Amino acid sequence: MTSLANKPALSLSRVAIYAVLIVAVFIYLVPLVVMLLTSFKSPEDIGSGNLLSWPTEVTAIGWIKAWATVKGYFWNSFLITVPAVLISTTIGALNGYVLSMWRFRGSQLFFGLLLFGCFLPFQTVLLPASFTLGKMGLASTTTGLVFVHVVYGLAFTTLFFRNYYVSIPDALVKAARLDGAGFFTIFRRIILPMSTPIIMVCLIWQFTQIWNDFLFGVVFSSGDSQPITVALNNLVNTSTGVKEYNVDMAAAMIAGLPTLLVYVVAGKYFVRGLTAGAVKG
Amino acid sequence: MSSVAVFSKASPFDALQRWLPKLVLAPSMFIVLVGFYGYILWTFVLSFTNSTFLPTYKFVGLAQYARLFDNDRWWVASKNLAVFGGMFIGISMVVGVLLAVFLDQRIRREGFIRTIYLYPMALSMIVTGTAWKWLLNPGMGLDKLLRDWGWEGFRLDWLIDPDRVVYCLVIAAVWQASGFIMAMFLAGLRGVDQSIIRAAQIDGASMPKIYWKVVLPSLRPVFFSAVMILAHIAIKSFDLVAAMTAGGPGYSSDLPAMFMYSFTFSRGQMGMGSASAILMLGAILAILVPYLYSELRAKRND
Repeated sequence: MTSLANKPALSLSRVAIYAVLIVAVFIYLVPLVVMLLTSFKSPEDIGSGNLLSWPTEVTAIGWIKAWATVKGYFWNSFLITVPAVLISTTIGALNGYVLSMWRFRGSQLFFGLLLFGCFLPFQTVLLPASFTLGKMGLASTTTGLVFVHVVYGLAFTTLFFRNYYVSIPDALVKAARLDGAGFFTIFRRIILPMSTPIIMVCLIWQFTQIWNDFLFGVVFSSGDSQPITVALNNLVNTSTGVKEYNVDMAAAMIAGLPTLLVYVVAGKYFVRGLTAGAVKG
Repeated sequence: MSSVAVFSKASPFDALQRWLPKLVLAPSMFIVLVGFYGYILWTFVLSFTNSTFLPTYKFVGLAQYARLFDNDRWWVASKNLAVFGGMFIGISMVVGVLLAVFLDQRIRREGFIRTIYLYPMALSMIVTGTAWKWLLNPGMGLDKLLRDWGWEGFRLDWLIDPDRVVYCLVIAAVWQASGFIMAMFLAGLRGVDQSIIRAAQIDGASMPKIYWKVVLPSLRPVFFSAVMILAHIAIKSFDLVAAMTAGGPGYSSDLPAMFMYSFTFSRGQMGMGSASAILMLGAILAILVPYLYSELRAKRND
């Protein structure tokens, strides 16, 4: 009951603040609610009702049709995302470890050059990258996309780990080196066990980035190797046939669910990644 | 004797240890030099050639840039970027800062509300674009909803109006990114020394005034980072246009990223496409360099 004393009085301005915040909650939720409602409606329902009208008959036909169309692309996205996330995170961790604890002449310069990659407009590398993938025989394959995502994800993954490791006291590593521990032993025994939070941040950041990518997907893949974002865009923007909005919305939900799920389960790390990526050290 | 033995035994190990960090970093160094800077240079070179469907290395000087500046569609895309970028940054900042300040007033269920504001950031721009394309559908979307709810004269057909279609992109982009600005500023507000606020309160200043005059000015670095990130998102915006309008009607909602894609990969104008990519890089550098400069100077002054 003592806490009551600390609570601010319920004044007019506080009511106004709550009102604004609650209205904003509804505004942010509307698109998601509309997507869900539409995806469970029949085409007739969509024609006769409006965005927020309750379906007269709840049907999963939109989801069934959408899944049949995008199923293969959904798995493509996993096939691209999982290896790309794991590889780029591993390399990022090792890079960050070197750049913070095993600096050598030129390593700072390299870090500076790498950081620019966080801002690089990918349009400036698309053509050469597609020539290279062609030469490597990886054009229009999911492997090619894994490769591209690893390369252009390195800037962020290295930044995450480097900034995290910089705050670890040097003495820890120095002591281990005096005891004769080598590069990888120190990494495995000392650094890795204290890296769990930043590994989570990096995994979630990379997963969201790569799963949601469209530019690389649309440029470097075709037909059967396309990721879900490209397939969704193709489905929604085809001009042939009758528009089935319930199918469109179900497909959009399917494309959005994995990252939404990650956000709901590990939102804390997602936010940390966003702000760590934003506030450069 | 024994010390020599130890020395010779330790030596290759030591040498390896000395080289290991460099060896580990080497592949990434190669990737950065070739895949980042080498490729930029390559695109730069292509922008001076008359490449069409395939790269050719016949140099035509600045002809591709001249063609670009003669191209009406490029000007539409650039003007759209200015309008889209300006409105997207401005509105996202206002909404984000306002929500952050309000959420900082010891709000019940703050965590839950924050989660709602930020979830669009987890979605792909393609999903966002698909959802908003449906919401803004003339005749079936919000257009109809508000009429059904009793606002008889309501019309919302911006998606098919060449003069207003850019605003549709702004709406969707603000919906997606404003929660992120909220999160950045909320994190900043949590770092503000509460005693400053107390002191100002004792002096009789009102809360809005305290925030406007004392608290928000102390968050200048957050402000700059936020604008920087939003500008960066705006210049790179491609997926949102692709999903919502595909640049249409006509090319009235084109953005440079969309222009670059369609000229390079669909229309076989590799030279001009490369020139547009280089100009996009120029735009990024134009905002990045002053930002980094002020950051570095701030750090030196600390």
